[in-house]
Amino acid sequence: MSETYFTKEHEWVRIDGSTATVGISEHAAHELGDITFIELPQTGKTVKQFDVLAGIESVKAASDIYAPVSGTVSAVNDGLNDAPEVVNESAEDAGWIAKLEGVDAAELSNLMTRAQYDEYLKSL
Amino acid sequence: MELIFEKSVTGRRGVRLPASDVPRAAALPANLLHSAPVGLPEVAELDLVRHFTNLSRRNFSVDTNFYPLGSCTMKYNVKALENAAGLFAGVHPMLPLLPGGETHAQGALEMLFELGGLLSEITGMDEVTTQPLAGAHGEMTGVMIIAAYHRARGNKKRYVVVPDSSHGTNPASAAMAGYEIITIPSDTSGDMDLELFRQAMTDEVAAVMMTCPNTLGLFNPHIKEICDIAHAHDALCYYDGANLNAIMGKVRPGDVGFDVIHLNLHKTFGTPHGGGGPGSGPVGVKEALIPYLPVPRIVKTSEVDFGIETDRPLSIGRTANFFGNFGVMVKAYAYITMLGRAGLIQVSEQAVLNANYIMARLKGYYDLPFEQTCMHECVFSASRQLKHGVHAIDIAKFLIDRGFHPPTVYFPLNVKEAIMIEPTETESKSTMDAFIDVMIEAAGQAGHNPQALLDAPLTMPVSRLDETKAAREQHVCCVDY
Repeated sequence: MSETYFTKEHEWVRIDGSTATVGISEHAAHELGDITFIELPQTGKTVKQFDVLAGIESVKAASDIYAPVSGTVSAVNDGLNDAPEVVNESAEDAGWIAKLEGVDAAELSNLMTRAQYDEYLKSL
Repeated sequence: MELIFEKSVTGRRGVRLPASDVPRAAALPANLLHSAPVGLPEVAELDLVRHFTNLSRRNFSVDTNFYPLGSCTMKYNVKALENAAGLFAGVHPMLPLLPGGETHAQGALEMLFELGGLLSEITGMDEVTTQPLAGAHGEMTGVMIIAAYHRARGNKKRYVVVPDSSHGTNPASAAMAGYEIITIPSDTSGDMDLELFRQAMTDEVAAVMMTCPNTLGLFNPHIKEICDIAHAHDALCYYDGANLNAIMGKVRPGDVGFDVIHLNLHKTFGTPHGGGGPGSGPVGVKEALIPYLPVPRIVKTSEVDFGIETDRPLSIGRTANFFGNFGVMVKAYAYITMLGRAGLIQVSEQAVLNANYIMARLKGYYDLPFEQTCMHECVFSASRQLKHGVHAIDIAKFLIDRGFHPPTVYFPLNVKEAIMIEPTETESKSTMDAFIDVMIEAAGQAGHNPQALLDAPLTMPVSRLDETKAAREQHVCCVDY
């Protein structure tokens, strides 16, 4: 499996070829508490790195999800419409939010590795 | 408790009318008639009175309990204001809009004109529209006025800047009006980071929206500088007046450099809100923005006459039916004139004093992330209690058992396990002391017997609700027709 990178806003991304899979970190899912709704993006939507990609609501708060890398939305995790709790159960795997096409791995240099992200979490 | 629909018995009536002794009117065309009964409850008057009386006894309100819900300014609403609103009950809202109708609605128009003047005086603005129906509607109206201003000047603007501690409605209103949002993080003192703000400001920024005091209850000492920086880029400054209760008669946003403000009459000016609403969100502007205000505009046509003006080509148009929530405005007008200048200043002083009293007495027991003199509300964190497995929500539920409405929890978002307390000016010291004692008791329980908090509430008709299930599986219709 390719390496996972993180944003300061607690999104994760894994790039495989020109496709990126995006979600929120386990830390973010835990902090949000029980997630009740995920506003998935439209496929075909083009976003720049750190643009708003999707929305997420929990019993505590409503927040934006930002695109960790630039690209065009090629798939969304439709299953989350009926089962948003999957993000709580498996934020960094089955709870992925969207896939982006046409991404540039060079943008990963603006993100954190898992080790760097773990350090960042300690600083919060 | 049974629903009123479940109490329905076919054929039961509260009132029986005598047989008609006038000719029946012709029946309506069939296509205008319901095809099936509409399913209204059929009950006797006594059933109805008991139902709603019992419902009201389950209600937790300012009239029954202390309600220190931060960011909401749940002050007591003086009952005399209800009588004032009743004085206008006979005026049809359409009247001033009919040809010649203004003559017959002079009192109502004069009240609207005077209220606009009073709110302008309080905020330091040049004109106020009372049309918007609530705070967020006022924000939307304000941002649309800003957008109309930039369009008329040929300005190319894309962004609205908001601090991360702003009310969530600020970025939402700006986005609804077509702008992209730039969010500026708070610095260590809880204010918008001035350096990051400076970096974000370009000529493409249409406006900066500030809530001051902010949602941490802190007054930003740099607001003048922020306005100056924004104006240098021909960006306008928007003041979210939801927290005006802290500053009346002390600071006028218009004097500082703000160009647009909205107010919440249902917070600051003593009119009911929440279920008791409706709200009212007047918007005040500086002179350069007056042409863009909504129509109809209330004007003084002579020394003693008032009228309406609708032909205003630059206006953003109508934002509400008729003149907005008129009854709320009557109450606010009565509130302002009843208290007068000295009274309104005392409101703010007392509101700030009360919040600081609670902060001072509780800061030994709860973490205070931003320790400085607060304004009308104070924000604690339950992070100390979290070490024992107790969350802010558990403390909130414990308070319910002891007869207090919980403070706002989990807001603002930039404080972990936030507990946001706004006592308002209408509470006595003894009420606040009773609340403080229970908060101290809750902090003690967290250390010694956390289960007591995790089990609360025990005295209510229902115990801990499954908020997740309620949000995930919404079933909001009580009867299937």
